[in-house]
Amino acid sequence: MARVVVDVMLKPEILDPQGQAVQRALPRLGFEGIADVRQGKRFELEVEGPVDDAALARIHEMAETFLANTVIEDFTVRVDS
Amino acid sequence: MTSRIGVITFPGTLDDRDTQRAVRVAGAEAVPLWHRDKDLKQVDAVVLPGGFSYGDYLRAGAISRFSPVMETVIEQAKAGMPVLGICNGFQVLTETHLLPGAMLRNNHLHFICRDQKLRVENAETSWTSDYTSGQEISIPLKNIDGRYVADARTLDMLEAEGRVAFRYLDGNPNGSLRDIAGITNEAGNVVGLMPHPEHAVEPLIGTGRTDGLGFFTSILKKLVNV
Amino acid sequence: MTLDTVKHAAETPDTDQPWAELGLKQDEYQRIREILGRRPTGAELAMYSVMWSEHCSYKSSKVHLKQFGEKAPENDALLVGIGENAGVVDVGQGYAVTFKVESHNHPSYIEPYQGAATGVGGIVRDILAMGARPVAVVDPLRFGAADHPDTKRVLPGVVAGIGGYGNCLGLPNIGGEVVFDPCYQGNPLVNAGCIGVMKHEDIHLAKASGAGNKVILYGARTGGDGIGGVSVLASETFDDTKPAKRPAVQVGDPFQEKLLIECTLEIFKADLVDGIQDLGGAGLSCATSELASAGSGGMRVELDTVPLRDSSLSPEEILMSESQERMCAIVEPGKVDRFLEICEKWDVIATVIGEVTEGSQLEIFWHGEQIVDVPPRTVAHEGPVYQRPYARPDWQDALQADDAAKLARPANAEELRAQVLKLVASPNQASKAWITDQYDRFVQGNTVLAMPEDSGMVRIDEDTNLGVALATDGNGRYAKLDPYAGAQLALAEAYRNVAASGAKPLAVSDCLNFGSPEDPAVMWQFAEATRGLADACQTLGTPVTGGNVSLYNQTGEVAIHPTPVVAVLGVIDDVNRRTPIGFAEEGQLLYLLGDTREELGGSAWSQVVHEHLGGLPPRVDLERERLLAEVLISASRDGMIDAAHDLSDGGLIQALVESCLRGGKGARVVVPDGQDPFVLLFSESAGRAVVAVPRSEELRFTDMCGARGLPATRIGVVDGAEIDVQGQFSIPLGELKEAHEATIPGLIA
Repeated sequence: MARVVVDVMLKPEILDPQGQAVQRALPRLGFEGIADVRQGKRFELEVEGPVDDAALARIHEMAETFLANTVIEDFTVRVDS
Repeated sequence: MTSRIGVITFPGTLDDRDTQRAVRVAGAEAVPLWHRDKDLKQVDAVVLPGGFSYGDYLRAGAISRFSPVMETVIEQAKAGMPVLGICNGFQVLTETHLLPGAMLRNNHLHFICRDQKLRVENAETSWTSDYTSGQEISIPLKNIDGRYVADARTLDMLEAEGRVAFRYLDGNPNGSLRDIAGITNEAGNVVGLMPHPEHAVEPLIGTGRTDGLGFFTSILKKLVNV
Repeated sequence: MTLDTVKHAAETPDTDQPWAELGLKQDEYQRIREILGRRPTGAELAMYSVMWSEHCSYKSSKVHLKQFGEKAPENDALLVGIGENAGVVDVGQGYAVTFKVESHNHPSYIEPYQGAATGVGGIVRDILAMGARPVAVVDPLRFGAADHPDTKRVLPGVVAGIGGYGNCLGLPNIGGEVVFDPCYQGNPLVNAGCIGVMKHEDIHLAKASGAGNKVILYGARTGGDGIGGVSVLASETFDDTKPAKRPAVQVGDPFQEKLLIECTLEIFKADLVDGIQDLGGAGLSCATSELASAGSGGMRVELDTVPLRDSSLSPEEILMSESQERMCAIVEPGKVDRFLEICEKWDVIATVIGEVTEGSQLEIFWHGEQIVDVPPRTVAHEGPVYQRPYARPDWQDALQADDAAKLARPANAEELRAQVLKLVASPNQASKAWITDQYDRFVQGNTVLAMPEDSGMVRIDEDTNLGVALATDGNGRYAKLDPYAGAQLALAEAYRNVAASGAKPLAVSDCLNFGSPEDPAVMWQFAEATRGLADACQTLGTPVTGGNVSLYNQTGEVAIHPTPVVAVLGVIDDVNRRTPIGFAEEGQLLYLLGDTREELGGSAWSQVVHEHLGGLPPRVDLERERLLAEVLISASRDGMIDAAHDLSDGGLIQALVESCLRGGKGARVVVPDGQDPFVLLFSESAGRAVVAVPRSEELRFTDMCGARGLPATRIGVVDGAEIDVQGQFSIPLGELKEAHEATIPGLIA
């Protein structure tokens, strides 16, 4: 079965306090030099059948209507090889 | 015949019984609605109560938005049926795009439960007519995903059209843009807010205030007058 | 690996078995062999080891816990006593209330969020399994020093876990405590309590009867969560040299639990179950053996039918898995379809995994081959019982001789004022709003009182306004000085708190948190505390209905303070008559009820000002507690008082500060003639409360106190925007509020 990955991230202009909390913790843990952290979601879809253009289009539609809320989030779809 | 107000239960809804009680306290009939039923049982208005529907696992309100009952609610709301979304219900309404914007994790990242002061900015919606514009009320606030966001254009439009229905007073509890606690659609029949009017309808219970009862008496008057 | 069947076990008596690794002692393993007349199979060994662990079998504590039954006072209200998932009490009008407090200490140290979350989940399922709708939760918590770095890890995680799980279930969190002490460093105490309400006829018990009845497992799928958690986690002291013994943490899914609650309540309503048991510690091993043991017949289970989240689990692991959000029900064959239908409605997975049999054995099969054949009572109810040696520790005398009376006291009014501010800002006395505001206290729309009130109170009938109240208390410092008195003081305080709210105390649940029972000093503390609690329950007429024991709360040789946490349940006929703590009406008169003696041993003052622990705890006078409670309840019922606050740690001044801040009004206090102001403000004498009396009721109130023989001293009046102790000092409410409220956010947030 092929795997398609959908990554969902908050849009750049949306405040991400969870990412900020991680970033603030990094120096305390001895990890320096990280200017910014943003936290997102990753969906791994196990696809039955071929991952052709039609399948990807469906997944794109799924991401746009369900997995992401495009009011606040961007998403990318890619085939995991 | 009294007015029938539907209260939807999704899996993970928590405040459905409280909301039914608030509807009864105001003098209307509360009609339980189940998420799998498309049929709204001839109700005159619908409340989407608070909770963590489907565990809020994808995004708050995101999965409920696709339940069968919501298909009918969306259709009817567009036709003018009054709909109130409280907390998780507000989140569902933004996910359906019946109301603009979205709700994110509180800026301090904690669940917060407190008595919250609000200003009623729009007393002309179906759910706020028993208040006066500018009236200050206190009702419980309790959520972790309560930070209202929208792009600047949407926010400007909401302000210009008087669609900011409630604003937080005495300190913004969650980082909501422009202190927005609740909004309405253009027609004023769909209203959503994060704080909980249904928890402030009896003098003995909760904070001891009844500032939330006005939501339910407002809708009752509107329905009786129709 | 070949399957270790019963047949195989009989044929291979000499196979080496990992009984020691599973936490069994040699003689325990021998006893299992004697019971079975052969060596146990791997699956049987797993079951016995987990069920005979300290956590499940109470093997060290049983001989002492017996007293709760033997000394139980006559009490018509008790419907179900010790031994079931939780006790049940009659509260009138056909309602029954079930409640219990349990610990989830060790898991919460390892993984604070999930440990605390699954603690809430477990106690809620216990209550649900009795047939009740859970209506409220409480969380008594103990952490290490407030400024210790690890407290910053553990506390926010625990609080977020309790909130994250409880808030998602729609259960108001109405009470509990937060206490800091260095003795809990590395051994935080995360206790969780739950109240449930039902009608008398809805009471359900954990038993499997009626041959042919089906055994249905429903709820979450079974995964590898917390395998061995019960036997290994809860029975062994933490030892950093053996991290490998720390097993997987259980992960909770509150959404699944919410569905399980609603689904189960609908199943009860349709009258579809004969017996029911939740799956908690020891998972299926516990549920199947307890159900079968309490029932009349045997049980046969096809273990391979259990729905799995992880298909690689072995039968032993399935039996030991502590995956959360699962229940097991015994259902008549004719009702199975309806049962499954309701589960389907709530998206809850339900599977018939076996049936009740004519025989007497618990038999478990794996793909047709028998892997368990045991008498269920020997697993569930007839585990080992230890008479652990106990001895009064040699340091106890020195500790008690180290009297707090000798500590330096404030030399003048200015120092007194400074110490008041220091006390109310100390982590233990400071406002816990930063914590409790992360819990939903409003959901269900029946919360009458919640933190920081003396007790949590919920309405249980909207038409009659019948309500119940619950308070939990426990002072480890007192118990360290004198475990017998300390346990009684814990009970007395919870009892007083319930009465101060206007409710009549009815029954008790306890969570007994102690160090290692293998240490005779700890065992002595345990023996003394249980004896003290049983004696006091007998005197006060409030039976212990159930509870939980948590042992091995220690790091290396150092045990926590003995910490018996006591929950008292009360009933109030009309919640309109409840008494809040806040002073809200100017001009009302303040009366101090009870006697104030010079009692500073174990006090908050000795801790905050001198970091001292020594001497004796306050004297216990249970007859006085009973009288005080009667007066508080009568005064509330007859409208003679508008506010009441019990006096406990921090003494009178702490109570005054809390009541003033809560009600937003100040107080003018006059020190009675002959009374030392310092002692008046800081002593922790038990059996006391402060009340606000409307002037119109003063005569009636003082007459009542006089007639009943309860000392009532007028100490001042509700007035102004400061606490003014005349001739001593005055502190504006704003300054008190800042001192009281800034501490916890400053340390933890």
